[in-house]
Amino acid sequence: MNLLPFQIVVLRSDALLFALLAAVFLLALWARRQAPLRASWARVAANKVAMVSFTILMAFLLIGVLDSLHYRARLAVVSGQAANKPIYAVEVTSLLDALLAPLREHPEKTYSAPLATHLFAKEPLPGTEMRDFPRLAWGGAHLFAAGQGAEDALAAHRGKDVLQRGFLGATGGLLFWLLALFIVQRVNIAGRRNTAQKVGAGDTAQDLNQAIFLTQAAVSTSNQPARNAVSLTLLALCVLTGVAIGLGTGYHVLGTDKVGQDVLYLSLKSIRTGLLIGTLTTLVMLPVAVVLGILAGFLGGWVDDLIQYLYTTLNSIPGVLLIAAAVLMMQVLIDTHPEWFTTAAERADARLLALCLILGMTSWTGLARLLRGETLKLRELEFVQAARAFGVGRLAIMLRHILPNLMHIVLIALVMDFSGLVLAEAVLSYVGVGVDPSTISFGTMINAARMELARDPMVWWSLASAFSFMFILVLAANLFTDAVRDAFDPRAIS
Amino acid sequence: MLAYTIRRLLYAVPILLGVNLLTFLLFFVVNSPDDMARMQLGAKRVTPEAIQKWKADRGYDQPLLWNGQANGVAKATDTVFFNKSMRMFLGDFGRADDGRDIANEIKQRAMPSLAIAVPTFILGLGVAIAFALLLVFFRASALDFAGVVLCVAMMSISGLFYIIGGQWLVAKMWQWVPISGYATGLTAAKFLVLPVLIGVIAGLGASARWYRTIFLEEISRDYVRTARAKGVSETGVLFGHVLRNAMIPILTGVVVMIPTLFMGSLLTESFFGIPGLGSYTIEAINAQDFSVVRAMVFIGSVLYIVGLLATDISYTLADPRVSLK
Repeated sequence: MNLLPFQIVVLRSDALLFALLAAVFLLALWARRQAPLRASWARVAANKVAMVSFTILMAFLLIGVLDSLHYRARLAVVSGQAANKPIYAVEVTSLLDALLAPLREHPEKTYSAPLATHLFAKEPLPGTEMRDFPRLAWGGAHLFAAGQGAEDALAAHRGKDVLQRGFLGATGGLLFWLLALFIVQRVNIAGRRNTAQKVGAGDTAQDLNQAIFLTQAAVSTSNQPARNAVSLTLLALCVLTGVAIGLGTGYHVLGTDKVGQDVLYLSLKSIRTGLLIGTLTTLVMLPVAVVLGILAGFLGGWVDDLIQYLYTTLNSIPGVLLIAAAVLMMQVLIDTHPEWFTTAAERADARLLALCLILGMTSWTGLARLLRGETLKLRELEFVQAARAFGVGRLAIMLRHILPNLMHIVLIALVMDFSGLVLAEAVLSYVGVGVDPSTISFGTMINAARMELARDPMVWWSLASAFSFMFILVLAANLFTDAVRDAFDPRAIS
Repeated sequence: MLAYTIRRLLYAVPILLGVNLLTFLLFFVVNSPDDMARMQLGAKRVTPEAIQKWKADRGYDQPLLWNGQANGVAKATDTVFFNKSMRMFLGDFGRADDGRDIANEIKQRAMPSLAIAVPTFILGLGVAIAFALLLVFFRASALDFAGVVLCVAMMSISGLFYIIGGQWLVAKMWQWVPISGYATGLTAAKFLVLPVLIGVIAGLGASARWYRTIFLEEISRDYVRTARAKGVSETGVLFGHVLRNAMIPILTGVVVMIPTLFMGSLLTESFFGIPGLGSYTIEAINAQDFSVVRAMVFIGSVLYIVGLLATDISYTLADPRVSLK
């Protein structure tokens, strides 16, 4: 019998995301031991803009990971049922859903503006002939009920309440930040003291240890501006989160959409979809591009001709059309085989994965061409020639000598693709070949909200939130990519 | 040059064959025509007869790749692959689901598409190069830094935002131009201004930043130093030497832009209600009209191959050292 009050559900995309994170973690551990790589990453770490973007990306990633821990809650035992057989809810929820429960569980009837107390559309008032904007079921419901003509008093009351809650939230965020800063500093000081003691106790390797200690200290002082920037970013994030929490206890901070769902909740949920598409696609693309690119460049001959033909053909089809054609076909496949999926969440998940697969299969060509060119160059270099002269096998040369020397290109291409894919998702969803309409994503949000601009007065908050969240995510990714590229570009190092 | 062109066009044949085979595999092998018929007819009206009729109406009732029952050449020609895919080489795209001839439709819709894509392309290229040259002129200054930041910010904004925001601001708030629609002749201009403007702005960030990198690489070369030493002015260096020599990488990159141009016009046309090829494609995708999508894929790849050839020819114009044999 399951002792947990819920049943853990691992969707396929969750599993892949966690596998990817584990792979990145292992790669990072490996890269730490490689001196040139460590030097390049140290340059990234000393870059203020890069570290600020990295912090923001990590915040997005945290939300995405929280949203990838799925479970099905156990339903309360109804009398008459066997108590030893727990029943779980059909709906698959994530940890993020649980954290955002106040946002999720207080829907309104339809549109309402950010921090509004009244619905956006007029409705007949009960008991009268008049039509007016009714009060919201949740947003500002704690404020006093306004009678006829007391609207101004209500607005003033709301203004005061918003300021109060916002201030409380900001203070909470600030305190949290101070606490975190304090803890980090204590840990750092303790760590340094530890190292210092080790240096003092060592006898044979003392000089070496001393040197390491001094370099570490030098690195940490040269990183000081970047560190300050990171902690300031964290401060901003903490305060913003605090304000959102403070206001979120009484209002819909970013308003509600057509069916009354909280826009802030939708925006936060969209992050996972964007991240998945940006990362899992590269997971599909990477092996294909690396294997084919190296094979074509290293083996030459008919293999090269075949692979070149393959990617020229794929490349010559306009990307969006190829994606559209593939997605249409996949849709028919999913629709004609409903027996493959047990829940709607699983079907939406399969569609998301299929979209990543299709995007990956259509976007490997650029990287493969790049890697082919680079392999052609590497193949003629002395160390490869020497390996060949010593009788090292072709596979071994490709794995041990060519591949490691291509890794920086692969890395840069991956980070560069990420932002493009996040933007592409929105466009594809608009065209109708994106994620499942039931999946919350920036694309589906924009698609649902875009007709509402024509209304008068305008419903702008859904679009504005989706675009802002997407902009921040993509901008952070772009800035980080720039820094990574500069750090790894051998010509840029003076 | 003529021989080169002909050879390149011949190279295109296997690629187009590959494209055809790929789309054919996508459309007919992943899902059998029966699946598609069931999907199109909907759950209520699915009977074996209805499926047969649907397939016969659209010519999907033949074998897919090889007709064993026919004689001679007809073994290969009386098949879905030949009739649906190979005929596209002859400009015969068949009929859309609404019964209209696709080739005719494409002919009518090509003009509005070009009316948007060509000005956007030329203006976009000009503005981006001018902006990049300006940044390079003020390189390593605060203005240059601000310009680069602006470029990165601009390329981080979704293309949808430019369209929706532009439509809202220019057409709805200021009411300078109509929100959407199209007309023939000179009156079309007022419908075209906004989409072209938005297209130029949306592409500016990424391309200007990229051109700036190319120019910066070129400006650190020895011949530039020589030119400066001989007293050529900074503008003379930029326009006479850097721009000329940066043309080759720029031209190469412009080809990469052609397919995205197609995609961009897909969105622009559908938002602005312009009856071009892009909106045709979107309508076909939404209506799941496979024959139209197939035809557009074919035309798209033909255009891409022509674009590649045009790039090579443009090299000879930009750089006298390049000769095509």
